[in-house]
Amino acid sequence: MSTAPVSLPRWADVVLLPALNVGLAFLASGLVVLAIGESPFEATALLLRGALGHAEGLGFTLYYTTNFIFTGLAVAVAFHAGLFNIGGEGQAMLGGIGAAIAALALGALPGIIALPMAILAAALFGAAWAAIPGWLQAKRGSHVVITTIMFNFIASALLVYLLVDVFRPTGMMEPSSRVFAAGGKLPFLHDIAASLGIKLPKSPLNLSFVLALVSALAVWVLIYRSRLGYAIRTVGANPTAARYAGISPERITILAMAISGALAGMMAVNEILGVQHRLLLAFTAGYGFVGIAVALMGRGHPLGIIFAALLFGVLYQGGTELAFDKPNISRDMIVVIQGLVILFAGALEFMLKPSLARLLARKGGA
Amino acid sequence: MESYLLALGILDSSTRLAVPLLCACLAGLYSERAGVVDIGLEGKMLGAAFASATTALATGSAMLGLMAGILVSLVLALVHGFACITQRGNQIVTGIAINVLVAGLTALLGHVWYNQGGRTPSLEGDARFNEITLPLADTLGAIPILGPFYAEVISGHALPVYLAFLAVPLTWYLLYRTRWGLRIRAVGENPAAVDTAGISVPRLRYSAVLACGLLCGIGGTYMAVAQAASFLPHMTAGKGFIALAALIFAKWRPVGALWACLLFGLLDATAIRLQGVTLPGIGEVPVQAIQALPYLLTVILLAGFVGRAIPPKASGIPYVKER
Repeated sequence: MSTAPVSLPRWADVVLLPALNVGLAFLASGLVVLAIGESPFEATALLLRGALGHAEGLGFTLYYTTNFIFTGLAVAVAFHAGLFNIGGEGQAMLGGIGAAIAALALGALPGIIALPMAILAAALFGAAWAAIPGWLQAKRGSHVVITTIMFNFIASALLVYLLVDVFRPTGMMEPSSRVFAAGGKLPFLHDIAASLGIKLPKSPLNLSFVLALVSALAVWVLIYRSRLGYAIRTVGANPTAARYAGISPERITILAMAISGALAGMMAVNEILGVQHRLLLAFTAGYGFVGIAVALMGRGHPLGIIFAALLFGVLYQGGTELAFDKPNISRDMIVVIQGLVILFAGALEFMLKPSLARLLARKGGA
Repeated sequence: MESYLLALGILDSSTRLAVPLLCACLAGLYSERAGVVDIGLEGKMLGAAFASATTALATGSAMLGLMAGILVSLVLALVHGFACITQRGNQIVTGIAINVLVAGLTALLGHVWYNQGGRTPSLEGDARFNEITLPLADTLGAIPILGPFYAEVISGHALPVYLAFLAVPLTWYLLYRTRWGLRIRAVGENPAAVDTAGISVPRLRYSAVLACGLLCGIGGTYMAVAQAASFLPHMTAGKGFIALAALIFAKWRPVGALWACLLFGLLDATAIRLQGVTLPGIGEVPVQAIQALPYLLTVILLAGFVGRAIPPKASGIPYVKER
């Protein structure tokens, strides 16, 4: 119980400990599969084959990955500023509203003009929805965790209202907007490949995957190579020290939340502009919350987030195929794994640290 | 008289809708007063709802269902305690982990065990908490004004409803009139002082977290075994989060919690009745606006524009003895 501060060698802290934690999460997941009377090894094999074994599955995997890169980056940027943004879900909804307004209004224009505007609208709407809790935290001291939770529910009510009463074309039963004109649709990768003469099977993978990778690079530059990123990390580490260094923690709080919200909002670029081509209910499907697991697993580093997002992409796509082969292992299993990852890689992050330090020290001493 | 009866009807359904909120809100109150933030109220209630429904189904006894619901919620509370108190993990992350894990596990197990897309078969007879008619409800119902209020609003609820409302004065008494309550409040404001007095901070916090688990167990059981007659995946539908909002509204006080939960219950009940109704002077109010109102009000309150909500000073911060 008495934990005098223990220190680990850097490699163990950055690689070994997180790997062990994720390993524990998967071990526990295996036990759950065992408990419902299925074989974890067979399930894993089916899952991997479904996600990576064929081109179409891989397309779906990368499409899910795109969502998780955006939401994971969103959580990570706020983390670096010492803020916990659990409003990714709501910010993505607002991003969807922004993207849809732009795509509906400008869809008749060529895509080269309409799409950047729609992407910008998604980012701006998401940013604004996160900047308000940021502002409330910075200026009024209202805790950002609570306000972002509240903003998720407000966003969801707003989305339902807009879809039912504003966007829904008359005479349509389903609450959704009309389909965007051609200018408001991001091209699918199989269409791009086809125009280059390469034949790829159809999948929802679209150009936003590239946008996600570019965003990851941009976040890396922002956090580790820019003045603003330095300020963000300083505020996250020690707001008082930041103030002495002439950094305004209030300003950084609002900015970091806005950037975080913009990234979460861009998730809608994949779903709304890339795949659905119309605004509809529940398109965020909990992806905003997966971002928390992704950011924890990736330890807030863009590269780690890409790999963690890929892992969750594999889980989501493989889990869907697995549910076909093994009806007992429904897609809820993926949610279980997600919860276990958050538990072991997040909440119990340092559980193994003291024993690992003892183990390594003994090895080093002998 | 007719509009009075209508109002009573709304009050009656607000009371029912307020029960899960009240349980979760008081649960969060114990936890946060002791310095442990809990956004896993939702997950604990969902776990309790599932455990109580399956147990009541298997045994045919609602009481055993309640026991099982409380037990599962207590186990989840211990997980929360182990991560936040013993391991000093991030309390928010732990809460999210519990929410996500339980949402997945209950749906998965429900699907495997009953094969109805995650829902449990309907509970009937004694497997459900039936409505209790309080003594003299029929006789007193004849008295004008107060009689119907007694018969409609106060009488005729299931056992967990009365447990939830009894928990309000009990919580008040425990927190403000017992030694344990004083220590709980102290450990949420200044754990170092409690530690200096030779009292174990972890033990106090564990006891608070367990009290939280107990109440979430009652709330979750109420939803599956009294309010509804089966478990449905994700049936808590954000109640645990509205309870957090109510807790802020109540400024972390038990009696305030009662009023806040009744208010949110009332909003919920009116939202259901106002669907498609045109109000004079305002026009048709979108249901979504009323549904969003609790959250909106909480944000406004938190922002300090109306009143000021100040959480316990040490809530959210793990206690480290050696500095």
